[in-house]
Amino acid sequence: MKHLLSAADLDREAATLVLDTAAQMDAALAGREVKKLPTLRGRTVVNLFYEDSTRTRISFELAAKRLSADVITFSAKGSSVSKGESLKDTALTLEAMGADAVVVRHSMSGAPHRLAQWVRGSVVNAGDGTHEHPTQALLDAFTMRARLGRLEGLRVTIVGDVLHSRVARSNVLLLSTLGAEVTVVAPPTLLPVGVDAWPVEVSFDLDQSLPKADVVMMLRVQRERMSASYFPSPREYSRRYGLDATRMAMLAEHAIVMHPGPMNRGMEIAAEVADSVRSTIVEQVSNGLSVRMAVLYLLLGGAEVAA
Amino acid sequence: MGAAPDSSDPLGSATRRPLLDADALARTVDRMAHQILEKTAGAHNTVLIGIPTRGATLARRLAARMRAFEGVDVPVGILDTTLYRDDLRLRAVRALEETTEPPGGITDRLVVLVDDVLYSGRTVRAALDALRELGRPRAVQLAVLVDRGHRELPIRADFVGKNIPTAPEEQVRVLLAEVDGENAVVIISGGPS
Repeated sequence: MKHLLSAADLDREAATLVLDTAAQMDAALAGREVKKLPTLRGRTVVNLFYEDSTRTRISFELAAKRLSADVITFSAKGSSVSKGESLKDTALTLEAMGADAVVVRHSMSGAPHRLAQWVRGSVVNAGDGTHEHPTQALLDAFTMRARLGRLEGLRVTIVGDVLHSRVARSNVLLLSTLGAEVTVVAPPTLLPVGVDAWPVEVSFDLDQSLPKADVVMMLRVQRERMSASYFPSPREYSRRYGLDATRMAMLAEHAIVMHPGPMNRGMEIAAEVADSVRSTIVEQVSNGLSVRMAVLYLLLGGAEVAA
Repeated sequence: MGAAPDSSDPLGSATRRPLLDADALARTVDRMAHQILEKTAGAHNTVLIGIPTRGATLARRLAARMRAFEGVDVPVGILDTTLYRDDLRLRAVRALEETTEPPGGITDRLVVLVDDVLYSGRTVRAALDALRELGRPRAVQLAVLVDRGHRELPIRADFVGKNIPTAPEEQVRVLLAEVDGENAVVIISGGPS
């Protein structure tokens, strides 16, 4: 495979290979004082971030560095982008500098797909608008598999702002590929048009779907993407769709609580839930590093693949 | 992202010439276990590190035989060398294998690296690099079931089960029951390389 643009690019075999490779990366570095592998020495990875990000940007940067690639991180602020340079011209500049991989985050859905047509190297989608965030879905699947031992038949409930969530979209695609049963729970205003065509069950009632869930994934309410009022008030949202300690008590003994971060504590997730033993939020971050190392290795670690 | 096809693919039209049968292979492993015990003063402060896939299986077998002969428990580790190879870009991306550090680590111990076939020496070079990241062994020695020649690096084995002169276009396959369902060493020629 040449690029990772969508979770739908991965069939079951390819997705499983990423997860297995991430597990082996973990094992290869476990307990090491020097967490460094020589694998991608001499290869250049450019992080191209047109949208703010903390964990994804740092995670990709560290992943590339642990594999000994040269890393350039380039955020729109402080670059020629703030002087009005277009995505295409920026892409051609990177091309001229010989980037082997471009990790791109952009507020416009589809930007990584366009970029992939302009550069010779591999393109990794690190989140495009409200479209997709495939490495987040991979790290979520990795976390579920590590905690619960399997993905096949796992019941995953995704709760909240599905409309604006690239995390939800990528997760739905990947989890259905891997055989999990996904339910999305949201107020009707925060469900995308066409959700009926997704391979999921749709519900408006969180309390009803909690007892049967193996995994509850809480989505961030993305106020920065909301141009209109999608719900009456934060308090109202929280009362109906927030996960607090009372709701957590309805979960099965083994069930886990996930959140892609950054969290709005007290809004979609209560602090005591986020900090509970069921919560995998910190694990998700460290698993993200292993999964991104695996993705970079699988894209760059072999002979060059034709586009 | 498809991994490279493993070298254990079906043999197709290739001819298969047996070199060691199951009994001869078992005797060879026994002899190597004895030699390692002798050279390491009863495996004192020694660990075996197998290179996946079949080197790891052989390391476990050697440890079992050493336990049977002298009652010593030799720690076994597994070390995948893929991420340290110098020829990654010459082939399609390879799937990674297991890595498990031996109980107690390797620092200040005698490490015996175990692999099935010694050929170019590049895997062993990668293993030496990978070992360095795990710790600083007192010394590193190399045990291989088959040495088939054609070295590309100044590397030699300390314990050799069998020296087999080969032509570069031939392939030597070590088949182990745990992985392949049978025990034998064979030479394959004329098939896809």
